[in-house]
Amino acid sequence: MMSGGTLTSILTIALLIALNLLLLSLLIGLFRAWLGPSVADRFSAILLMGTGGVAMLFILAILLQVSALYDVALVLALLAVVGTVALTQSESNHD
Amino acid sequence: MIELLWSIFDITLVLLLLALAWNTCSTRDVMRAVTLFIAMGLLLAIIWARLKAPDLALAEAVIGAGISGALLLSAIRDYPSTAMVSQRSTLIEGIINILTLALTILMSWAVWHGLNMSDGVRLSEQVISQLPVSGVSNPVTAVLLNFRAYDTLLELAVVLTAVLTVLTLNEKRAGYKVSSPLLQGMTRWLVPLLVVTSGYLLWVGAHAPGGAFQAGAMLAAAMILLQLAYPSRRQEFNNYLLKILLVIGIFTFVLVGLWMMSLNDDFLGFTPAWAGSLILIIETAATVSIATALTLAYLGGRPKGWEAGNHTDSKIAENGGAE
Amino acid sequence: MIDTLAILAIFSGLFFFFSGSIGLLRLPDLFSRLHALAKADNVGLALVALGVIMLEPDPLNDIKIAVIWLLVMAASAISSHLVARHALREIRDD
Repeated sequence: MMSGGTLTSILTIALLIALNLLLLSLLIGLFRAWLGPSVADRFSAILLMGTGGVAMLFILAILLQVSALYDVALVLALLAVVGTVALTQSESNHD
Repeated sequence: MIELLWSIFDITLVLLLLALAWNTCSTRDVMRAVTLFIAMGLLLAIIWARLKAPDLALAEAVIGAGISGALLLSAIRDYPSTAMVSQRSTLIEGIINILTLALTILMSWAVWHGLNMSDGVRLSEQVISQLPVSGVSNPVTAVLLNFRAYDTLLELAVVLTAVLTVLTLNEKRAGYKVSSPLLQGMTRWLVPLLVVTSGYLLWVGAHAPGGAFQAGAMLAAAMILLQLAYPSRRQEFNNYLLKILLVIGIFTFVLVGLWMMSLNDDFLGFTPAWAGSLILIIETAATVSIATALTLAYLGGRPKGWEAGNHTDSKIAENGGAE
Repeated sequence: MIDTLAILAIFSGLFFFFSGSIGLLRLPDLFSRLHALAKADNVGLALVALGVIMLEPDPLNDIKIAVIWLLVMAASAISSHLVARHALREIRDD
């Protein structure tokens, strides 16, 4: 295990590459959200940002050595769920 | 190499943000705009995290993405799901575009100027030097709840005013979609988890990112989730309690401020020995108020019997209860 | 040594994220896309979480990471269920 929180530069480079690839994968997914013919395809953007965002935050927490980012990941996951529920459940009476 | 990789990451994030923002504003499909808005909020949270600002990331995720998204959805609730915004006249669109462009140029100039200024006294150094007196060890909380506590008090007042506006305009609207049993099953553990996380954010705000606004918004998210998962359950609000909860944040804040004024001749000038506990008390009250305010705003208006001022109508209590 | 394992875990996780996104883009139907999203991304997240746990020095944070992972799994399963249900409603109402 690393001590005290310094990263070797090889590790840093590897993590950074991973981060960029993750962002790329998110972009590819968001493209569908942009195209998506149906409304539900757009919702998948939220799901994608939820899972992908949490992964990115994990890697950022290691890279930047900010452990508060785990809390942010927790909150992000929770709010992505609430957002999805609100999106799919909120419609009015006369529907 | 490391710098290059960071730059690629940052530039991609910025471009993505711009693309999302542009699409949110320019699309005319209402539902799509709200979805993109929520996605943009989540992206902003990640960007704040990248900039090593976890407090902002927390606030953006909870308030920007979660609550604002839910509020927008509550606002467009009457539109059919394929609603389109009507076309504005091209003249007005042109004016808006020019004004936005001017604002963008102004802000870009300001940022660039700020980056190239000579080093003066940095605010962050001053805050950190005063940190021991503030009663907490998280500089953000110290600024929000001690050094600039008056601003936070005014923020609470703004939230209250906004909610009062909502309450005067409308009555609480019933009726959301029938929810799935899977959703209800999830709510059973998700709502307690949200409440506990809210309490955690409140408590940890003294020494790590967190605080009253994040905790309050999270609590509101829990209540909104409850409302969405059990829509047909007739709700009996104790309106008297709700009114108390709405104002208890500001009330506690002002009370503490006046007490400090009587002791130290300075409104909201906390005695350093008590500052930590006072901040916690104020934050707890503020959390409850913010949560109540945001939930009421989402629900859309006054619950039944609000004007009567006290407990809910007894007729409703008769008809209410389980479905 | 542990660093190498962690990097391996994270990159395999990325592979799953990529397959999820490409599936999202290329699969023909909304429902199959939801499959790609919910399942592949979650396995990806599990592997990334594993890698990060190996790199993280504070054991308390490791517990946090594991809890977050479990939460995201359960939540994304139900979220995709809700989205699918919503889509089914829309199709039926047309």
